[in-house]
Amino acid sequence: MTAPLHETSAGEATATVDGAPDAPGTPDNSGASKAIEGRSPWKIAWTRLKRDKLALAGAFVVVFLILVAIFAPVIVGLLGHPPDEFHEDQIDPLFGTPIGSWGGVSSDFLFGVEPVNGRDVFSRIVYGARISLLVAFLAAVFAVFLGTVLGVIAGYFGGWVDAALSRVMDVMLAFPQLLFTIALVSVLPNEFLGLDGSGVRIAALVLVIGFFGWPYVGRIVRGQTLSLRNREYVEAAQSLGAGRFYILRRELLPNLLAPIMVYATLMIPTNILTEAALSFLGAGVKPPTASWGQMLSTAITTYESDPLFMVIPGLAIFITVLAFNLFGDGVRDALDPKGSR
Amino acid sequence: MEPLLKVNGLKKHFPIKKGLLQRQTGAVKAVDGLDFEVYPGETLGVVGESGCGKSTMGRLITRLLEPTDGTVEFQGTDISHLGVSGMRPLRRDIQMIFQDPYGSLNPRHTVGTIVSAPFKLQGVEPEGGVKKEVQRLLGLVGLNPEHYNRYPHEFSGGQRQRIGIARALALKPKLVVADEPVSALDVSIQAQVVNLLDDLQQELGLTYVIIAHDLSVIRHVSDRIAVMYLGKIVELADRKSLYESPMHPYTRALMSAVPIPDPRRRGAKSDRILLKGDVPSPIAPPPGCRFHTRCWKATDLCKTQEPPLLELRPGQRVACHHPENAEGVTIPAARESVDVTITKAPQPTEPKPEPSKPEAAEPAEAEAPTPAEPEAAAEGDAPKE
Repeated sequence: MTAPLHETSAGEATATVDGAPDAPGTPDNSGASKAIEGRSPWKIAWTRLKRDKLALAGAFVVVFLILVAIFAPVIVGLLGHPPDEFHEDQIDPLFGTPIGSWGGVSSDFLFGVEPVNGRDVFSRIVYGARISLLVAFLAAVFAVFLGTVLGVIAGYFGGWVDAALSRVMDVMLAFPQLLFTIALVSVLPNEFLGLDGSGVRIAALVLVIGFFGWPYVGRIVRGQTLSLRNREYVEAAQSLGAGRFYILRRELLPNLLAPIMVYATLMIPTNILTEAALSFLGAGVKPPTASWGQMLSTAITTYESDPLFMVIPGLAIFITVLAFNLFGDGVRDALDPKGSR
Repeated sequence: MEPLLKVNGLKKHFPIKKGLLQRQTGAVKAVDGLDFEVYPGETLGVVGESGCGKSTMGRLITRLLEPTDGTVEFQGTDISHLGVSGMRPLRRDIQMIFQDPYGSLNPRHTVGTIVSAPFKLQGVEPEGGVKKEVQRLLGLVGLNPEHYNRYPHEFSGGQRQRIGIARALALKPKLVVADEPVSALDVSIQAQVVNLLDDLQQELGLTYVIIAHDLSVIRHVSDRIAVMYLGKIVELADRKSLYESPMHPYTRALMSAVPIPDPRRRGAKSDRILLKGDVPSPIAPPPGCRFHTRCWKATDLCKTQEPPLLELRPGQRVACHHPENAEGVTIPAARESVDVTITKAPQPTEPKPEPSKPEAAEPAEAEAPTPAEPEAAAEGDAPKE
């Protein structure tokens, strides 16, 4: 370059304006250098999440429910009776309803007993949490995995790959999921690949819910990838000689992680509801195993004489879904403060 | 002197696809035949209006895009169609500075990660370790080397642009292509970044291709300047000749558009040339000279014959049938070309009534220049015959 026309002395101006007073080579500061730590986007999201009271309440309930599901045998051992144990002494033999008031609630049976056979509702709710959360988590993981892989492929490679995958997603979204699941479950064998009755059903639920869930994730990931791959930092990586795999892994995935996480947390409550609906319709886990949806469906026949038996599993579903949704909304607001609100 | 970079007939057409079968129905001729060289140690400035293909040109010579036609030679090697792995070793020598300091740094990486990416990708182990080298680079561009672990969002626009510059310089490149390096910055910061580029060039012996639409920035930094219009170079000259006696009417119009700090000091003759209309679409560029739809000197010849880029004065290449400031130009080649085109011109133009070409004629007529001017220009040329 040639003689500058504007006589600004670059060095001086930069040092002061850019707030880097000891810019090039003042060695005195190098001792204190380790103190300067950047605030990563994750850290910032975390501080934002910590300020969100509703999300924290949701997270608290979620953690509590997960602990309940994990330690179900311990909790039931301390506070209840085995979930499949009949207590006919708690049942009025004439009407088939619990003897005590409020569905037989007592210090012995915290949530009362089931009509007709007198099983401990508390134990069944606790064990039902296992099924609900297990199915919802695994299905979400499955859907997020499929959706991320296929969405990234569609968005990054574009062209006919994108066209084909997008059409597949459209077809999947238009598919009558509920009917398909009911039909599928009714033809499932009782034992399959070494899994017993409930195992087969749980696997089927996870696969079906996950499989019908991935297009939602896939669409979001595809859109994000499309917009991210044209960013200048991707070009910058290319201009340094980066290959496709490097760009995917180092430049795109870290930026996709936030929307994927948000969607996964918001997907879990939907999955809980789907599982409950399927169990309610008899397409869920098999009867001796407890599940919230299935308890609701049993309660229908006796709701006039024993309404509490219907309210309790309903409340369990409601609280779980609400907690996950509050937490998921909080995560979204924390990771993407510009979106919504 | 051997050119560092040599570009020949470079073209980039982006296909326009329509319908279910994605048939190609046309092409955006973003860059449509460029020829120029860049010599070691110089700064070539590239100016032009928005959409004239400057950025595409920059991405072609850094091979972020593959040219449709023509060649890009870097130090004698043809790099026009090399793949990712073929280009990788050459990437050390050709680097790019990007326009948007907010888009060119990955928000999820620390500054240290960003500036050390070149070493990682190229498998280079600098003396004294990567971290030390990155901190040296940060110091070189005027940033605090201790900010190694910070994230891009913790910096201002000017500081971010410096990070981008540090990244581009990490591998000690020979050629740096800067695509609008300062257009996204505040004017006060622009000067700093421009001066930084200037200092680094002297310090490291860099060669720059600087793309900008800001004429004062270009004037400040460039040794030679290429003026682009609609995917073509219309004038390529050293800075002094271009700013003092532009020969292409488009260049003259551009120069006259540079704002003057104090308009009253401009003197009696206010010679600002206002171009009418917009740049025509690069999907269907006008035939002949691409500038004829907006040129006040355009004649029938300009509508049919494309003027070649000729060296009308030493070091000043112009693509125009009726160049400005052409008095005293005694290069035979120039006169010949003008003569030849003029004698040839009437034959194709007269039998064919011009309005038969709707897309070409419409804009030409809509922006019909003041009738006196083109005639005067034509007369001015006529005596040369």
